[in-house]
Amino acid sequence: MSDNLFEHYQRLQARRRFLNQTSVGLGAAVLGSLVANRTTAAQPDLPHFRPRANRVIFLFMGGAPSQLELYDYKPGLEAKYKLPLPDEVRSGQRVTAMTEGKEHLIQPSIFKFTQQGHCGRYMSELLPHLSTVVDDLCFIKSMRTEAINHDEGKTQMCTGSQVQGKPSLGAWLSYGLGSLNSNLPDFIVLNSAFWSGDQQNVQALYSRLWGTGFLPSKYQGVAFQSAGDPVLFLSNPTGVTRTSRSKMLELVTQLNHKHANDIGDPEIQTTIAQQEMAFRMQASVPELTDLSDEPDSVKKLYGPEVEKSGSFARNCLLARRMVERGVRFVQVFHRGWDHHSTLPTKLRGQCKDVDQPWAALIQDLKMRGMLEDTLVVCSGEFGRTVYCQGKQNATDYGRDHHPRCFTTWLAGGGIKGGIEHGRTDEYSYNIVDANGQPTTRFEDDAVHINDLNATILHQLGIDHRRLTFPYQGLDQRLTGVEEANVVKKILA
Amino acid sequence: MRSIATLVGFQVILASVPLSALADDRVSFNRDIRPLLSDRCVACHGPDDAKRAADLRLDVSEGELSPFHRRDGHDVIKPGDPDASELWKRITTDDHALQMPPLDSNKKPLNDSQKGLIRKWIQQGATIENFWSFQPLRPQESPWVKNGPEEVSRGESRIDQFVLAALEKKGMKPQPSADKRTLIRRVTLDLTGLPPTPEEIHAFEQDDTPDAYRRLVDRLISTPLYGEHMARYWLDLVRFADTNGMHHDHYRELSQYRDWVIRAFNANMPFDQFATYQLAGDLMENSTIDHQIASGYNRLHMVMDRGTNPPLESYTRNVVDQVSAFGTVFMGMTLECAVCHDHKYDPVKQRDFYQLFAFFNNIDGEPETPGRDQQPPILELASPEDASRLHELETKLIAFKKEIDQLKESLKDLASQGTVEKSSQEATKIQAAENNKAKEAEVAKQVKEKEEELGRLKGTRDEIKRRIPIALVMKERSDLRPAYILKRGAYDQPGEVVSRNTPAFLPPLKSSGDLKTRLDLARWVTDEENPLTARVTVNRIWQQLFGVGLVKTSHDFGAQGEYPSHPELLDDLANTFVESQWDIKSLVQSIVLSQTYQQSSRVSPEEYRADADNRMLARGSRIRLDSEVIRDQILAISGLLNKTMYGKSVKPPQPADLWKTVSMVSSSTYSFKEDTGDKIYRRSFYTFWKRAMPPPQMTIFDAPTRESCTSRRERTNTPVQALLMMNESQYFEAARLFAIQLLDSPGLSDTDRLRIAFESVTSHLPDADERANLQRGLDGFRSIYRDDLDSAKSMTSDLKLGSDAKRVEIAALTMVVNSLFNLDATKTRE
Repeated sequence: MSDNLFEHYQRLQARRRFLNQTSVGLGAAVLGSLVANRTTAAQPDLPHFRPRANRVIFLFMGGAPSQLELYDYKPGLEAKYKLPLPDEVRSGQRVTAMTEGKEHLIQPSIFKFTQQGHCGRYMSELLPHLSTVVDDLCFIKSMRTEAINHDEGKTQMCTGSQVQGKPSLGAWLSYGLGSLNSNLPDFIVLNSAFWSGDQQNVQALYSRLWGTGFLPSKYQGVAFQSAGDPVLFLSNPTGVTRTSRSKMLELVTQLNHKHANDIGDPEIQTTIAQQEMAFRMQASVPELTDLSDEPDSVKKLYGPEVEKSGSFARNCLLARRMVERGVRFVQVFHRGWDHHSTLPTKLRGQCKDVDQPWAALIQDLKMRGMLEDTLVVCSGEFGRTVYCQGKQNATDYGRDHHPRCFTTWLAGGGIKGGIEHGRTDEYSYNIVDANGQPTTRFEDDAVHINDLNATILHQLGIDHRRLTFPYQGLDQRLTGVEEANVVKKILA
Repeated sequence: MRSIATLVGFQVILASVPLSALADDRVSFNRDIRPLLSDRCVACHGPDDAKRAADLRLDVSEGELSPFHRRDGHDVIKPGDPDASELWKRITTDDHALQMPPLDSNKKPLNDSQKGLIRKWIQQGATIENFWSFQPLRPQESPWVKNGPEEVSRGESRIDQFVLAALEKKGMKPQPSADKRTLIRRVTLDLTGLPPTPEEIHAFEQDDTPDAYRRLVDRLISTPLYGEHMARYWLDLVRFADTNGMHHDHYRELSQYRDWVIRAFNANMPFDQFATYQLAGDLMENSTIDHQIASGYNRLHMVMDRGTNPPLESYTRNVVDQVSAFGTVFMGMTLECAVCHDHKYDPVKQRDFYQLFAFFNNIDGEPETPGRDQQPPILELASPEDASRLHELETKLIAFKKEIDQLKESLKDLASQGTVEKSSQEATKIQAAENNKAKEAEVAKQVKEKEEELGRLKGTRDEIKRRIPIALVMKERSDLRPAYILKRGAYDQPGEVVSRNTPAFLPPLKSSGDLKTRLDLARWVTDEENPLTARVTVNRIWQQLFGVGLVKTSHDFGAQGEYPSHPELLDDLANTFVESQWDIKSLVQSIVLSQTYQQSSRVSPEEYRADADNRMLARGSRIRLDSEVIRDQILAISGLLNKTMYGKSVKPPQPADLWKTVSMVSSSTYSFKEDTGDKIYRRSFYTFWKRAMPPPQMTIFDAPTRESCTSRRERTNTPVQALLMMNESQYFEAARLFAIQLLDSPGLSDTDRLRIAFESVTSHLPDADERANLQRGLDGFRSIYRDDLDSAKSMTSDLKLGSDAKRVEIAALTMVVNSLFNLDATKTRE
C-alpha cells in the first residue's frame, strides 16, 4: 500500500512529530531499525480490491439501546397501548428468563419523532444533535442476531461469534491490513464513563471483546485507560526521566546487539525494535491524549463533557485524533443501555452522554475531509422488545432484550448518507420483506451481524471470504461458516 | 519480525513444502499428501455426509466412495498412472469449469511443487494410509545412526538416536552441549520456573563428576517448585480461573483443585490416575476427599448467572464446553465442529459428539450460578474441631428456633384470646385484657432475647462456615438425563436420543456395567489401546521443554493438525510412557537428560531463519519465557519472592480501575483490592484470575484469558511488553531493592557489583565488552543523576539516607539493574 499518498503523508507526519517532540532522542546506536518494518501490510494478498475506507471508528453502545425510542419510528403503536402482542407476531421467539411466561403488553415510544434533513427521515427528539447530520447517516433497521443476552450478544457483535475464543473485528483488521503508523497501536479501545443514573444494571465488558482469540496476541486491541497511564505501564517510574530512560535503552541495546552477535537469534532484533517503539510511544501517546492543541471551536462541538477524562465526548474526540494519526481501528465502548425498567428517564440520561459527541464526530471528520475514508459504525448488541417489562404507565416502562431486529447506523467510508435499509413490521418485532412478511433472508434486506462485518471488511478492501486464519481444522474467518453478504445497497 | 513469519508464514510454507518431503524420495501419504488433500479437497470429498460432492471421498481407500472405485469407466486415481487419473487432470486443467479446487471454493490452488508431490505419490502407487494418530502406538526399533559426532554419545538416549537419524537424513549436524551456565539456567527454569542462584551455578560449575548434570536434574525435579511449575501448564490447558467468566463474572472457589494438581505433580502421580480422578474422581469406589476435589475439573467451564438465559441453554452450553475440553485435554482433538454437524476433516460425527455429551450430561446441580454464592455441588472441608463445633451450633440453632416459634405461637394465642373475650362480661374483660397485655409483653421480651441470641449463634456459625474451605466438585444425579443429538447444535432442537459412547473410529470403551459411566470413559482415556492419550500427553511435555511439540499443533492431532516432525520418536516416547505406568517425572527426566535437549542454542542467524521453530532439533531451543516465569524471576533475583505454597489466589498490584471499567457494579469482582504484606510477592501462579480482565502483567506476555482450553501459548514480541518490563511498579521496585542490596554489601567495587548483578540476572559472567558497557552505563547514569539531583531524590524519597551522593548511587545502580531486567536474554531461556 506504499502508493497510498495519504498513508505516506501520515508516516512522514508521524515521524516528524516524533523527532520534533522528543527533545531527547535515542542514541545513534538505537535508531538503527526504526519504522521500516512497521508500516507494512500483514497479509501479502491484501487489500483484495481498492478500499473505500482506510479507518474505522466503532461506537459500541453496550446494553442494547432501544430502537423504538431512538431509530425505528412506529406511529401506529400509540393506538395499541397495553394491548397484548399478537401471538403470530411473536411466533415462537425465545425470550429471556426475565419475561418468559409473563404478559406481553405493547408499549409505544413516549418520545416524539419529526422529519429532519434533506432526506426527511423521522428522527427522535432524544437525538437533536444527531438529527443535524442525518443526511450523512445510513440506518440499517433490519439488523439481527441470535443472542438474547448481553454476554453472548456483545461477544457476537465484536467477534462474529457468541462463543468466546474468536478474534475481534479490530484484531482481524490488524492481522489482515497491518499498520498505518509507526508509533501507535493499530487497534485502540476506549472505555467510556456513562451516565451514572443506572449503576445497578450496567452490563459488563470483557477483554475478549477486543481480544485476538486464536490469532497471535500482538493483534489485540490496546485498551486506553481514562485514569492513570492511557496505555498501561506507559509512564516511567518516579525518578526515571526521559534522559535516563534514553540512556538505559542505549545500554540495553548495546548489550542486546552484542548478545545477538554471540547467539545468532534474529528475534533479539525484534526485541530491540519493540523497545524503540515503546520509547516512541512514551512521547506519541501523551501527545495524542493532550487536547491543548485542539481549538476551542472543535472542543465546543463535542460539548462540555469533552473536558472530562474518560467521558464519551472526550473519547470521540480522541478517536478522531487517533484515526488522524493512522490508527486503523478505534472502538469506543459506552455502557448503561440495558433499560429493563424506568426506560424513559435512563434513556434521556444516556442520550445526553452520546448525542452531541456522535454528531460532533461526524462533523469534525467531515470538516477535515476524513469522513470520506473513515467508516463510523454505531450499534448495540441487539434491540429491545415492543412489549413492556415491569411497571407500565404514561411516563414509566421498561423493555426486555430483542434479537430479531435492531438498528445500527453507519456514516462515511463509502456508505450512502441519508438513507435507511431494511424494514420492520408495525411492532418493530420482526424484519419484514417488501410484502410485509416476516423474514430473516438477506435477499429481503435482513442484515445479520455477519453481513455487517462482511460489509465493513468490504469497505476496507477485504473480501471477507478470503481473510482467513487456519485454526481447529478450519480456515477461520470473521464472518463464520455460514454464508455472509456485503450489503451492496448501502454502498455509495 | 520472526513472530509473523512463524505464525503466519509458516503455515503457508508448510503447506507448500512438507517438512521432510524434499529430502526423502519416498512420498508418505500421511506426511506429504494428506495435508494437501485435507486442506484443498476433503471439505467436499471427505467424512461429512451432508456436504459430500460427487460421492467421492479422498480419505478412504475402500468402498464405493473411494477414489479407486471406477466411475463410468473413469479412474479418479489409477495407482501408478497419473495421466490416467481424473484427479491429476482436475488439479492441472486450465478449464475453470473442471478445475479443482473449484474457483468459488476460495481454496488456494495447488502450486507446482505440491502437484509434483501428488504426481509422484500416484506414480508410487497412491497408497492411502489410515490416519496416523488414530492408529495404535507402534513399537519402534531404535534407528541406526551412521556417524554421530563426538559430542553426542550414541546409544545413551533413544531420543538422541531418533533425532540424529532424522538430521543425518537431511545432511544436518547437531550442536555440541551448551556451556554449564547456560545449561543450569535452562534446566532450572524448565523444571522449576525460577532461575538458578549464583551459588547453585557455582556449585554446578565446580562439580566435575560425570553425573553432575543428572544429580542436578534429580535435585530440581524433587523440589516442590516443580509441582507448581508443571501445574501452571495444566491450568492453562483446563482453563482454571477464579471467576465464572460470564455476565457478573462472580468469584468462584476452586483453589482446592489447584492445590490438588500441585500435589499430584510433586508426588509424581501416574498420569492415568491423574486423568481418572479429574474426570471421574466422584465415581471412584471409596471415593476419597482428594478424588472429589480432583473431580472439580468438571467445574472449570464458564458459567452463566441465573435469571438471564433459559436455564436449558446454559445447561447445554456447560456440557458442550465440557465435551470440547475433553477433546482438547485428553484427545488432542477439536470436537467443537461436531456440535452442529459432522466434522469436515476428521471422522468425528455429530452423533459422536452427543454420545460423549451423554457422559457429562448428569450433574446433580443447577447449571447457573446463584448470584455471589458458590454453585453446588460443593464439598465442605471442615477441620474435625470446626465440624463438631458446627454440628453443635446447628443443633442449638434448631432448638432455639423451635423455642422461638413456640413463644411466637403463644403470643398469637394470647392475642386471639383478647378477641374471643370481647364477648364476655365487661369487668372480667378489662381484667383479662390487662393480664394478657402483661403476659404478652413478657413473652415478647423473651422472643426478643432469644432472637438476639439466635443472631449471635448464627454469626458464630457463619464465621466458622466462612473459614471452612470448600471445593466445587462433580456429583452425578441418581436418575439419568436423556441426551439427544441437537439439531444444528441448538439447545431447544432435540433430535434423536443417543446413549453414552466413545467415537467409533477409536478402540471401543470397556463398560463395567450395563450403563457406561464417566469412570468408564476415564479408564478408556488411559486404556493401553487408546492411541491418542499417550501421544498427546508426551507431545505437550515435549512442547513445554522445546518450545514446540513434535506435533506442532498440540491441540489438534486430527487431519488438519500437523504431521509429527519425528513420528517414530513420538511413538517411542508414548510407548515408554505407557510402559512406565504413565510416569511423568521419568518422562521429563528422559527428555532433559538427552543430548538433544542439552545442545547449545548458539548458531548463525541463517540457521535460525532456516528452521525458526527448531523442528529439526539441530540446536538447543531458545524460548521466550512465559509471563509468570518472567515476573517470578525478577522477584526471586531481588529476594522479594514469597515461596509460600497453596491456598487462595492473591492480588499483587495492578493499574487502577481495570476491573471497574469492565464490571457490573454488583459483581463480586467489581473493585480490585490489592493484597497487603508479602502476599503480593507470591509466585505469579497464584495471582487472582478474573476472566473478564486477567492481570495485565500476564496477558501482555501472551497468557490466555482462561476462558477456553489452551494447550499452547503464543509467543509475541510487542512494544507494550517493552513498556511493562521497563515500568511495572513491582519490577522497578525489585530493581531498586536489588541495587540497594548491592550497595549495602561491604567491600564491593563497581566491577564486583556489576558482575554480581549481571550474573544474578543472566546466570552468566560479563565478558570484557559487557563489563565495559556496564561500567560506561553506570557512569552515565551517575552523571545524569548528579546533574538532576531532584530525580535521584524523588526515586529514593521514601528512604532515609545520609547523603545525596548515596541517592545518586542508588538511582544510578537501579537504572543498571532495570537495564539488565530488560535484556532480551533475561526474558529468554537459551
